[in-house]
Amino acid sequence: MLKSAADTTRFQRASDQSLLIYFGQQITLDAHDRVRKLLRLLEMEPIAGVRNLHPAYHSVLVKFDPLQRHHDELEDILRRYIGRIENVSLPEPRDVEVPVCYGGEYGPDLNDVGAIHGMSPEQVIALHSSSIYLVYFLGFVPGFAYLGGLPEALVTPRLATPRRRVPAGSVGIAGNQSGVYPVATPGGWRLLGRTPIAIFRPDRDELSLLSIGDRVRFTPISPAQFASLERA
Amino acid sequence: MSEIQVQSPGLLTTVQDLGREGFGPLGVSPSGAADPISLRLGNRLVGNPQGSAALEMTLLGGTFSFPQGAILALTGSDFGPTLDGAPLDQFTAVEVTPGQTLRVGSTRSGARCYLCVRGGIIVKPFLGSASTHLLSGLGGYHGRALRKGDTLQIGPAVNSFQKKTITARASEQLTPRKVLRVTPGPQSDWFSKSSLQAFYAGTYRVTEESNRMGLRLEGKPVVPESGGEMITEGVSIGAVQITAGGLPIILFVEQQTTGGYAKIANVISADLHSLGQLRPRDEIRFEQVDWETARALFREQEKLLASEDLLSE
Repeated sequence: MLKSAADTTRFQRASDQSLLIYFGQQITLDAHDRVRKLLRLLEMEPIAGVRNLHPAYHSVLVKFDPLQRHHDELEDILRRYIGRIENVSLPEPRDVEVPVCYGGEYGPDLNDVGAIHGMSPEQVIALHSSSIYLVYFLGFVPGFAYLGGLPEALVTPRLATPRRRVPAGSVGIAGNQSGVYPVATPGGWRLLGRTPIAIFRPDRDELSLLSIGDRVRFTPISPAQFASLERA
Repeated sequence: MSEIQVQSPGLLTTVQDLGREGFGPLGVSPSGAADPISLRLGNRLVGNPQGSAALEMTLLGGTFSFPQGAILALTGSDFGPTLDGAPLDQFTAVEVTPGQTLRVGSTRSGARCYLCVRGGIIVKPFLGSASTHLLSGLGGYHGRALRKGDTLQIGPAVNSFQKKTITARASEQLTPRKVLRVTPGPQSDWFSKSSLQAFYAGTYRVTEESNRMGLRLEGKPVVPESGGEMITEGVSIGAVQITAGGLPIILFVEQQTTGGYAKIANVISADLHSLGQLRPRDEIRFEQVDWETARALFREQEKLLASEDLLSE
């Protein structure tokens, strides 16, 4: 029999103003589903004194005002919420296509990743762009989507020494994850290519191109297409 | 409308308020003043709502003029400010007449000094806040640190105003600390007893690579027993995460919202403002307190900040 959400839920104090909720101990679609449902429920029925939420693969960090709330009291309230999440309905996942110019200056690690796995750069591109990725959550920096669904054959460790600056739009892989850097930051992911489209758009109502639960596909484009999309 | 003209910006001067909470699901951290208590005090001194936007200066202040005049207060660390060359008191409201020049020097104590003006600084808000998020180039004045020649708008004054200064008692209680009080981190049990002992006995030094995202420390490395590989999860401000080499990074106001390193401890809410005053090469220690103490210290601090004892005439 499937365990209910309450059975596998664990609470952990993270600071004097935050509480972590874990759903199980692994990255699973089931845990992801619970993270999304809890977020949605907390959006629809906010708890007074809760100030922020940091979702992740199998956990949610709940930040609260310590003048208004106590860990134990908040845990009781959250347990009641979690008891109801099976009834929360989620919107249909959206399909989002992200154009990527692979290799060259845009994907400086493409050849190395091929070499690690005994593949040609073309094979790496074909594999990376064949998968449909799931947005597990947005985190790290504004609009950064943690994508699951990297083909097993492409699972690669991070760079031993992170780059000081990864350009915005870079598409990278790390372990069994893939992701797109929305802004230029330091980073240790291996870069396969770059997208010319904006990932985080502070001037739009929908700030982030990608949302939790979206299905993402990368479409290879040429440097010429990259240039024309970048101008658009 | 009144203005501030930036004649020289200083080392790193940004527009900050108390930050934007609630956008963690988008990966957006709050940002806001690195020493929010100093920002709140400065705003109180000039009769602003305590979260009004002000200028945060880092290590070396800027030079500013006020074509229409202004009422201002400087708080935080002592940056040796002068008005037309004459030394100026901090932690009190000062009236500046049109044409006078405020020069804020280099620090004589901690990392940051705040310039609050009556009426507050007006910029286009991003997600409800004026604070600059430097890493992502969002918020504040065009998402960046100030440059020579920038002009900032001062808003209309809202509250009535009486010249006051901070009381000695409040000043003493709100002094930034070098011994940071912490509660256990969510992975503190990943560390051996001897690692934990070493962590709490050790002195750590703030490195030059520290910024508003995080304070990188050097000192005795502590390594989690299991190696520390973990599934990326949400992280709290003040989290003391142990990196691959065993050295701590304290996550700060422009923090990443999620991370994959084990957290050995977390700085208590009442001591977060102290992080904003730490300079490179400062030496710090960690002292563990229990949850009840952490809560009580924060309550007391907020009570003081709301009390009549804070300011006197």
